Amino acid sequence: MNGHRLAEQFSTFAKQDHAARLGMWGFLGSEVTLFGGLFALYAAYRAMYGHEFVAAVGHNNLAIGTINTLILLTSSFTVALTVWAARAARSKLIAPLLGLTILLGCVFLLLKGIEWSQHFHQGILPGLHYRNREMQEFGAKVFFTLYFIMTGLHAIHVVIGIAVLGWFAVQAGRRLYTPEHHVTLEMATLYWHLVDIVWIFLWPAFYLMRG
Amino acid sequence: MSAAAPAAQNSPAPDYLHDGSGIASWLLTRDHKRIAIMFYVLIVTFLFLGGIFALVLRTELLTPERTIIDATTYNRMFTMHGVTMVWLFMIPAIPNIFGNFVLPPMLGAKDLAFPRLNLASLYVYAIGAIVVLAGMVAGGADTGWTFYVPYSAETKTAVAPVVAGIFILGFSSIFTAINFIATVHTLRAEGISWMRMPLFAWGIYATSIIMLLATPVLALVLVLVAIDHLFGFGVFNPAIGGDPVLFQHLFWFYSHPAVYIMVLPAMGVISEVVPTFAHRRPASYTAIAISSLGIAFVGFLSWGHHLFVAGMSELDAGIFGGLSMFVAIFSAIKVFAWTGTLYKGSIAFRTPLLYFFGFLFLFIFGGMTGVAVATQGLDVHWHDTYFIVAHFHFIMVGGTITAFLAAAHYWFPKMFGRMYSERVGLLASAAVFIGFFFTFFPQFLLGNLGMPRRYYAYPAHFQFLNVLSTGGAWLLGSAMLLALGNLVVALKYGKPATANPWHSRSYEWLSASPPITHNFEETPVIRRDPYCYVLSEHESRERSFPPSETAA
Ligand SMILES: [Cu+2]
Repeated sequence: MNGHRLAEQFSTFAKQDHAARLGMWGFLGSEVTLFGGLFALYAAYRAMYGHEFVAAVGHNNLAIGTINTLILLTSSFTVALTVWAARAARSKLIAPLLGLTILLGCVFLLLKGIEWSQHFHQGILPGLHYRNREMQEFGAKVFFTLYFIMTGLHAIHVVIGIAVLGWFAVQAGRRLYTPEHHVTLEMATLYWHLVDIVWIFLWPAFYLMRG
Repeated sequence: MSAAAPAAQNSPAPDYLHDGSGIASWLLTRDHKRIAIMFYVLIVTFLFLGGIFALVLRTELLTPERTIIDATTYNRMFTMHGVTMVWLFMIPAIPNIFGNFVLPPMLGAKDLAFPRLNLASLYVYAIGAIVVLAGMVAGGADTGWTFYVPYSAETKTAVAPVVAGIFILGFSSIFTAINFIATVHTLRAEGISWMRMPLFAWGIYATSIIMLLATPVLALVLVLVAIDHLFGFGVFNPAIGGDPVLFQHLFWFYSHPAVYIMVLPAMGVISEVVPTFAHRRPASYTAIAISSLGIAFVGFLSWGHHLFVAGMSELDAGIFGGLSMFVAIFSAIKVFAWTGTLYKGSIAFRTPLLYFFGFLFLFIFGGMTGVAVATQGLDVHWHDTYFIVAHFHFIMVGGTITAFLAAAHYWFPKMFGRMYSERVGLLASAAVFIGFFFTFFPQFLLGNLGMPRRYYAYPAHFQFLNVLSTGGAWLLGSAMLLALGNLVVALKYGKPATANPWHSRSYEWLSASPPITHNFEETPVIRRDPYCYVLSEHESRERSFPPSETAA
């Protein structure tokens, strides 16, 4: 698949690009309702177990959470630069920039993994497997179950994003993106921005809202 | 595909059925019409599977105690009936068969915006269906199609594969929705402004928005049920402080709008059938088009009416009840617009129109009972009784089935280039209606008398109405067989159809019957609206293609 060929159902490239953008935004809309459902659950349980949620947020590693936020924000910047590079006819820069973004994504996952393994050592596990002795309340159990589900689902999105960007890096190595034709690359970066934006909401929910 | 249709008149290009032969030309096609036909075959198969489940259920209920199956089999059977009918038939039926086939030519387009995504949608549907079927073979779930926790997390039946299958089917819905939305936005032919789109396209567009935004919530809630069932990760499990009622909120956030995923395309079909056979412009195009969007919007805000007895404040219940009634207002606008269209029309009394009358009755009756159950006081009396079963079968199933059959007859000449037997079609249509009425009308009475739904056994004094309902179900099943048998016979033996046998003005009829692969030999440029019955057929055709080339 490359963005250069005009499919027979379209009369112009402009229409084809418009359709691709619409399709991608539609998909992003569906992702928003997916995570929206989880945030709604979070809000409902937070209303139910306010104090216990505050205590549990306090237990999470604010440093790792914040560093991960900075990492993802940086990666959003590097991925946005690829579109700039395509527009400015500097397609040589695209593959390295995508590589850098992927690297940042991997560091994010690594830190997330470290954080999870810390939780596991403390007996903090999802659902019925929860074993922690210091925080025994219902609210803490629900909080950490949501934490694992939401950050886990987000991590799956990061992994998919890395795979997608990797594929585009290979394509970029073949100089497929030009100032006129780079709509598919643009779509891939949009997906990465979504991953970033979801985290921007997870960060306060699980690290910042301590009071 | 046995439809040996004649080549279209004056057409050098082969029609889509003959453009390439062999299995691969079908399985790897990107033609929206061939994909639609493959959906057709699969979806009708599941319609009959779900129908067989229903007949087993109704036969079991002939007598107050055991008739043919035991209680656990009965529980599994009604779950599988619901799952099959909701996710394998009603949700995809009209959008994926008729939407897929008709939407591009209705917009004067050669194909959908993303043909490969369309084919992917078909395969994802097939895979999801196989996984659901595997779950059924593995014993099937016994939770009911709503998978309420905590029971769905605890039951030993095959919840996981069934839920996984529905999860996969969700992707098919999302793919199709993205495709339809992008197509409506970008592939309308020159001259087809938004307000010149055929009303079916409006219905499909509104449906797609619901599919796109509601399906992910279903996917989410199913994943949460599945990981609870498999690994004990439940966020709804009271053992860790979870709240099962939150499951119900999320589930109905999808499943109430899902009703409109079923009904809006059905309304779209009706909005095409009525003007065509009344030979008259719709009484209000704008009202029909915009009320679809209104239903889509309000549909997202009324899920709470399923939770009136699950613990909800009176204020919330009042708000949800009120919002639910808004849907009835939008629906009533449509009903008046349709019936107003018939007034002073020159009516051609054909099978699709007869299905419309069936639709109208079931829809009004089902809708009125819907307004009744949206009031909290009445719902508490009827909740979980056969009254609810009868209500949603009238409106959802009655609406979808009659519109589905109307569409199957209405677009049959376009799809296959043949005419079906009108006499058999009319007979089957009447029989479907009578069968449907006798199946579900007694259930309103049973519910009002207090017979609970989902129960395997019942007191002897309910038997008379149950026998009536079962008899109706058998009639309905036979009538469906007759209707579809009539179409299957016509595939091979039907008279060749002209390009526009109903003399419709809608744009899809500008193509040949069956259409060529790119739908139109020349790209339409439309200088009229799709319901301009004041113009002659010839004139409206002339105003549909670039002037220089239509001279011949
Ligand atoms: Cu509802």
